[in-house]
Amino acid sequence: MKILVCIKQVPDMESHFRPNGSATWFDESDLAFRMNEYDEYAVEEAVRLKEQLGGAPEITVLSIGPDRVIEAIKKALAIGCDCAVHIKEPDVASKEPWQIASMIAAYARSKQFDLVFTGMQSQDRGSAQVGVLVAELLGIPSTTTLVGFAWADGVVTATRELEGGVKSKVRLKTPALVTCQLGLNSPRYPTLPNIMKARKKEITTLQAGELSSEKPLTGSAAFRHPEKRGSGVVLEGSVDELVEKVLVILKDKTAVLR
Amino acid sequence: MKLLLVGEYREGRLLDTTAELLGFAAAISGDASLFLVGSAEAVPAFSGTLYLADAKVYGEYNPEVHKQLLLKAVQEENPDLVVFVHSSYGWDLAPRVAASLKLAQVSEVIGFAGNAYEVGCCNAKMHRNVTPLTSKAVITIQAGAFPALQVEGTPSVKVLSTDAASTTEFMGYEPAEARDVNLAKAEIVVSAGRGIGKKENIELIRSLAKAFGGELGASRPVVDAGWIDHGHQVGSTGQTVTPKLYVACGISGSIQHLAGMKKSGFILAINKDKDAPIGEVADVLVVADLLQFVPALTAKLS
Ligand SMILES: Cc1cc2nc3c(=O)[nH]c(=O)nc-3n(C[C@H](O)[C@H](O)[C@H](O)COP(=O)(O)OP(=O)(O)OC[C@H]3O[C@@H](n4cnc5c(N)ncnc54)[C@H](O)[C@@H]3O)c2cc1C
Ligand SMILES: Cc1cc2nc3c(=O)[nH]c(=O)nc-3n(C[C@H](O)[C@H](O)[C@H](O)COP(=O)(O)OP(=O)(O)OC[C@H]3O[C@@H](n4cnc5c(N)ncnc54)[C@H](O)[C@@H]3O)c2cc1C
Repeated sequence: MKILVCIKQVPDMESHFRPNGSATWFDESDLAFRMNEYDEYAVEEAVRLKEQLGGAPEITVLSIGPDRVIEAIKKALAIGCDCAVHIKEPDVASKEPWQIASMIAAYARSKQFDLVFTGMQSQDRGSAQVGVLVAELLGIPSTTTLVGFAWADGVVTATRELEGGVKSKVRLKTPALVTCQLGLNSPRYPTLPNIMKARKKEITTLQAGELSSEKPLTGSAAFRHPEKRGSGVVLEGSVDELVEKVLVILKDKTAVLR
Repeated sequence: MKLLLVGEYREGRLLDTTAELLGFAAAISGDASLFLVGSAEAVPAFSGTLYLADAKVYGEYNPEVHKQLLLKAVQEENPDLVVFVHSSYGWDLAPRVAASLKLAQVSEVIGFAGNAYEVGCCNAKMHRNVTPLTSKAVITIQAGAFPALQVEGTPSVKVLSTDAASTTEFMGYEPAEARDVNLAKAEIVVSAGRGIGKKENIELIRSLAKAFGGELGASRPVVDAGWIDHGHQVGSTGQTVTPKLYVACGISGSIQHLAGMKKSGFILAINKDKDAPIGEVADVLVVADLLQFVPALTAKLS
């Protein structure tokens, strides 16, 4: 059995974001990057399946982006993926979902993966498109927003999260692709011995241009802080001052403090 | 502009979000038709063409078959824009249709200006404008971003059918778990977010909730990490609350969390990040380390 996991590296969401020169996206300098949270669940689920099957499946982890994404790839290898593909694109001009999906599909097409795991969306762009697009380009069944996953005899049983706490159960035959939602499992932390072992695992580098020359289908502009809508106040200062101020406001503006 | 709106139908019911699609169509002054895999007995009121397929035959969730049905409607209607709700149905189906037609897709739209669609990014901290570079496009609209519109009229129904084969087997629904906490009735809700850092710190927030005489709520990561059970979760996949006072401790203010609490009477947020998007809806944003501020506030209250 062969498994592919697609991971994206995203900035820490607690960062202060500034637009780049053309305001198409953020300025990368001073940002710390990490693995997309949704993809941590994808990696963990793939590794759990490998363990369930006595280590038989081979898991390839794939990430597209500049050299910094190797950091995220190494983490996935330390968690238990077997080998990695870094699709490198020297041009930092941002790529949109269609292009990313085309590259992943071009790589995966000849490899006969039985299962592909992706996150349901990225934390920075949040298009929730790449996974499903890859499946469509490969012509394999897919389902999204998994909070439960089981595999037996070539059939995936997926629990999808719907709105308001309702879930649904769906079965699909492999080869198939699933997109992972928060809470699917409890992602483990890589241990030191596994981090050391991961250093020996192979990372293949491919150039994005070799895989796909698809043109973008969307353009991005005016990356900005949203206009403040509310009339809220921002309080800063020492803790004691803040507590006093908050109590005064609550007494004044709400009927809950007497 | 010609729009094809994709309605939603689940557990034998037309979903309310269909009215938000009509609200979007009115906002953009579009000429709307509607696609629905639903039932002839639950036809939405509106005047225009309704492309209808029978959910009893084609299922409520059956992505490959729904895609083929929708492609038929697109072929007949030739819309400029195919519009979905950004929901578990919409984000699942939209990219399939976009891929088949090789059209641009813009996800989770909250506004528009000319040909550009406004979307949030970086966990709602930032916004940007996305412009389709194809002449037609697929979009999904954020739930709640466009006011629901109730219209009158009787659509002219065109029945769709297909013999496309299904690639997924639908097994059924699981109802939401029973809740042991009823946050919906609480006058005060004090919620813990990932910013509390570790499980033990839930107690700080619980003490504050007690001091206020309120209930304890939480954001999703706190629930997913197993720090508290799901009954306490506030948001689109948890409970919707409208207390007189909502206190958000270490919660960034993602759209899914806001969906569950933004109608609260008064919102107090405690966050060390001045830019946190919770500031968008908060009446007061206290920029502080909650580990210091929360115990100090609790002490003053009790
Ligand atoms: C050279 C280059 C430069 C780039 N520069 C930027 C940049 O400056 N700013 C920027 O925001 N983005 C950049 N990207 C990444 C790209 O913009 C996004 O990956 C793409 O737009 C996907 O959209 P999304 O994040 O909304 O994906 P979604 O559809 O929300 O993601 C869903 C899932 O798809 C998979 N996925 C998404 N992206 C990747 C990826 N890159 N590699 C592997 N799996 C992935 C993950 O499993 C993810 O959970 C760059 C990419 C390349 C090749
Ligand atoms: C389909 C779907 C459904 C979802 N449903 C829900 C839902 O129902 N409810 C929900 O909540 N989420 C939901 N989510 C998840 C949501 O997108 C966010 O990931 C989540 O709300 C983030 O939770 P948070 O604000 O606690 O954590 P984070 O976004 O990680 O924010 C933590 C915040 O704490 C602050 N902080 C950190 N340390 C401190 C400190 N010491 N003092 C003060 N502040 C501090 C940080 O500045 C940050 O703003 C859903 C997601 C999806 C895709």
